[in-house]
Amino acid sequence: MERKRILSRDYKIGNAITEALSCNRTNIIEQIKDSGLKGKCRTDFSTGIKWELAANLPGNNKYVICNADEGEPGTFKSRILLQNHIETLIEGMIIAGYAINSNNGIIYLRAEYRWMLKDLIKKVDKLREKDFLGKNILGKNFDFDIEFRLNAGAYICGEETSLIESLEGKRGEPRNKPPYPTEKGYLDCPTIINNVETFCYVPYIINEGIEEFKKTSNTKLFSVSGDCERADIYEIDLNTKIIDLLGLIGAKDTKSVLIGGTSGIVISEKDFDKPINYKGLPAGSSIIVFNNSRNMRKILKNFMEFFVEESCGHCTPCREGNIKLLEAIEKINKGDSIPDKYIQTLLELAEIMKMSSKCSLGRSSANSFINFYKIEYRDYIYGN
Amino acid sequence: METEAKTGLKIIINDRELKANGDETILELAKNNNIYIPTLCHHSDLCLKGVCRICLVEIEGQNILHAACSTPVAENMIICTNTEKVRKARKMVIELLLANHYGDCLTCKRNLNCELQKLAAEYNIEEIRFKKPKEKRYKIETVTPIVRDNDKCILCRRCIRVCEKIQGVEAIKPLYRGKESSIGCLYNLDLGEITCVMCGQCINHCPTGALTEKDATKDAWKALDNPAKHVIVQTAPSIRVALAEEFNIPPGIAVTGKMIAALREIGFNAIFDTDFTADLLIVEESFEFLTKLKKSYYDNENISLPMFTSCCPSWINFIEHYYPDLLSHLSTCKSPQQMFGALAKTYYANKAGISPEDMVSISIMPCTAKKFEANRAEMSHNGYKNVDYVLTTREFARMIKQSGLNLMELQDSEYDQSMGISTGAGLIFGATGGVTEGILRTVYELVTGNDVPFNELDITPARGMEGIREISIKINNPLENWKFLDDFEIKIAVAHGLANARNLMDKIRDGTANYHFIEIMACPGGCIGGGGQPIPTNESIRKSRANTIYSEEKIVQIRKSHENPALKRLYEEFLENPLGETSKKLLHTFYT
Repeated sequence: MERKRILSRDYKIGNAITEALSCNRTNIIEQIKDSGLKGKCRTDFSTGIKWELAANLPGNNKYVICNADEGEPGTFKSRILLQNHIETLIEGMIIAGYAINSNNGIIYLRAEYRWMLKDLIKKVDKLREKDFLGKNILGKNFDFDIEFRLNAGAYICGEETSLIESLEGKRGEPRNKPPYPTEKGYLDCPTIINNVETFCYVPYIINEGIEEFKKTSNTKLFSVSGDCERADIYEIDLNTKIIDLLGLIGAKDTKSVLIGGTSGIVISEKDFDKPINYKGLPAGSSIIVFNNSRNMRKILKNFMEFFVEESCGHCTPCREGNIKLLEAIEKINKGDSIPDKYIQTLLELAEIMKMSSKCSLGRSSANSFINFYKIEYRDYIYGN
Repeated sequence: METEAKTGLKIIINDRELKANGDETILELAKNNNIYIPTLCHHSDLCLKGVCRICLVEIEGQNILHAACSTPVAENMIICTNTEKVRKARKMVIELLLANHYGDCLTCKRNLNCELQKLAAEYNIEEIRFKKPKEKRYKIETVTPIVRDNDKCILCRRCIRVCEKIQGVEAIKPLYRGKESSIGCLYNLDLGEITCVMCGQCINHCPTGALTEKDATKDAWKALDNPAKHVIVQTAPSIRVALAEEFNIPPGIAVTGKMIAALREIGFNAIFDTDFTADLLIVEESFEFLTKLKKSYYDNENISLPMFTSCCPSWINFIEHYYPDLLSHLSTCKSPQQMFGALAKTYYANKAGISPEDMVSISIMPCTAKKFEANRAEMSHNGYKNVDYVLTTREFARMIKQSGLNLMELQDSEYDQSMGISTGAGLIFGATGGVTEGILRTVYELVTGNDVPFNELDITPARGMEGIREISIKINNPLENWKFLDDFEIKIAVAHGLANARNLMDKIRDGTANYHFIEIMACPGGCIGGGGQPIPTNESIRKSRANTIYSEEKIVQIRKSHENPALKRLYEEFLENPLGETSKKLLHTFYT
């Protein structure tokens, strides 16, 4: 049920880099492509294809960016990886840099993680001393270095094009796609952006081989928190039954489990015998457990407030839509009745927000309302 | 490799097979093939943004809807612009915008010319299913000639894009985020407290009534309704080629005679042409320019060259804010509007035997910055403001409508004599490059005694819509006094749109540009594209207006300012000499 590909496998810094630098670039991209590694963020785009798109463009004025702007409520896997496995991450980024022919790496760090910056820089400096970063890495004709950049506090900047805008010193807002960052990213240069977890898998693939990686490819890293004894990050097989997961983390008296972050799916007791991906795995990678003392209406209202506040205000459906959804939730929570017809309008709004918003924030935030609706009006009646 | 594959793409929109060349968006392809897709945040002048989500279309094989304005076409794309899903989504977006839009259409300046209103009608919005704000949330900002009412703003950001990309000013920006999102100035200051140049391009690009000009029609009516006042009016060169658009006439029709007739019907006591003082400006500025050339190249004095034009008030605001170190390059000439006002309350008042106290001087301008200019402290004489009230083309059109006049059916009338006679050079002032062309016609003749060496006096390199244009003219066989200019090449640059001006100014600042004369007009296309002109204004409309100015100029008998007979009389009777004492007192100024 639980695996440890990243978290605590025997790991020697530099093995993967040495191996990667002895291959040619296309070979590495082929390996990553064949491994089936996908983005571990909201999108599940093939990492190998992403790298290939950037690699195929001429020149070496390209960027490898690690999205460490972890802002989703209930998500903290990047934090733990940064704290305990920064070397793995950097190794992944160096290999990416070598594969796409880029000399520049940027780690875009969540503003709230500023406290760990000093320590991270120290660790990176150590890697530089060991010749893993800088000029002519390990004596090969390849330069690569990494700098840290801090986010200014907006959730939207976790969205890759907003992240780029923010890096360029602009207001954090999504760009139109295409052009995709692989073609025109940071400073209009080809740019690959992957999150911390994705980069951390790269050394494993290079070291252990594609076949070994594939054997366990049904595994995902989850930030598990809430009403349980052992909140932590877990690398879990997606076929794991929810009830088994609850046992593993020491959850008792569980009322419901929110899988996939604030915009994910709320699962109630009657479905605890199903595997965690039984509804198709939602975008986020957090699991939040609620026991019977919790009021789901308040929790979902809290999520909706988060989206109202964090919408960048750029496109109409997200900016205006979230407000309408929150207003309704507040009304219902106050005990006011809402006409059925208006509920139908809001459900239509939620669907349209999913289809017509510019970026993934607006496309997923309405899920909080849909969850609320299900709890309130469908078979998940909990009361207070 | 990729570009090659892109040429001649096959795309299907609504079951029609279309050919695309690959660099257009879905919206452009649809438009080129007469397929209508509604838009709001899109404007052909501006870079694409994809914020409003009105232009949503369905692409086969994709779950989400795409904004046609910002999605490039791709090979074998199958697009539907009119499905239930699309219609429902668009309607929802319109409803969301309307729910956040506070204001009464009936009392809005943009009533009947509002893009949001038009969409609401098209999509048959019978009810807004969401709660609307019950009271105003923002105060209406009326400090400058540009009035902002954020309650009517739909956050399409057209104002921001024109201010940033075309004007290079960045006076207004998106503020805050989420629920608090709004458009405003840095630190939420008023427009009057920041570096806004008041060009009014934001008004011209606003789809709703969130940005409008400060109304002066009430003042104008008050003056007209007062029998004790002698109300005179001047009309800028570019009004006549744009006014008809306010009466649903397609762009590019000149209505000079009908416009004058309307002014008479409205009750103005004397109707004059700003073209007349445009001619005057050309003569004064030509002498100023030649004086500078002489000082610099003959007397070897240290003179600020190139000389910059000073007739555009937004440009003056811009240089004062951003390039104060280059102010000494500005011509000292007041703008034609202000020269006119100064003469009206002196020369004309004297001639007509009216006390300037009983006189109200009104101008009709394509411009909101002119309202600011008229109120500048330096723009008065003997305690009388040169120009009392400034009306934009749009305000003037409203006055015509209020008077119950049908503009297109009026019998042509003519300007009043003393300050109504003008030349073609004065007329083309209305388009970018016009000042340059007028000045070159005069300067060249003053120096050589001959016409400028261009076919039929048309200095074509000065014309057109290229952002920065360069012109150079070699002086051949100058007259005795100007021998030092023999074989001299006068180098000129013409820029419109302040972002282009910024480009030039940076070059002047770091000494990499080598010009003698620079013409700047703040608005794209010059005054014909001014911030006070009819809405909509876009590239093709600007071109039509400019073409009409040039074709009107062709039929004017006198096309050189210094040959204007009324101007000659003005100098004989009043001013004596260009740059003479009276001139300097009335027609010239300085900026800080």
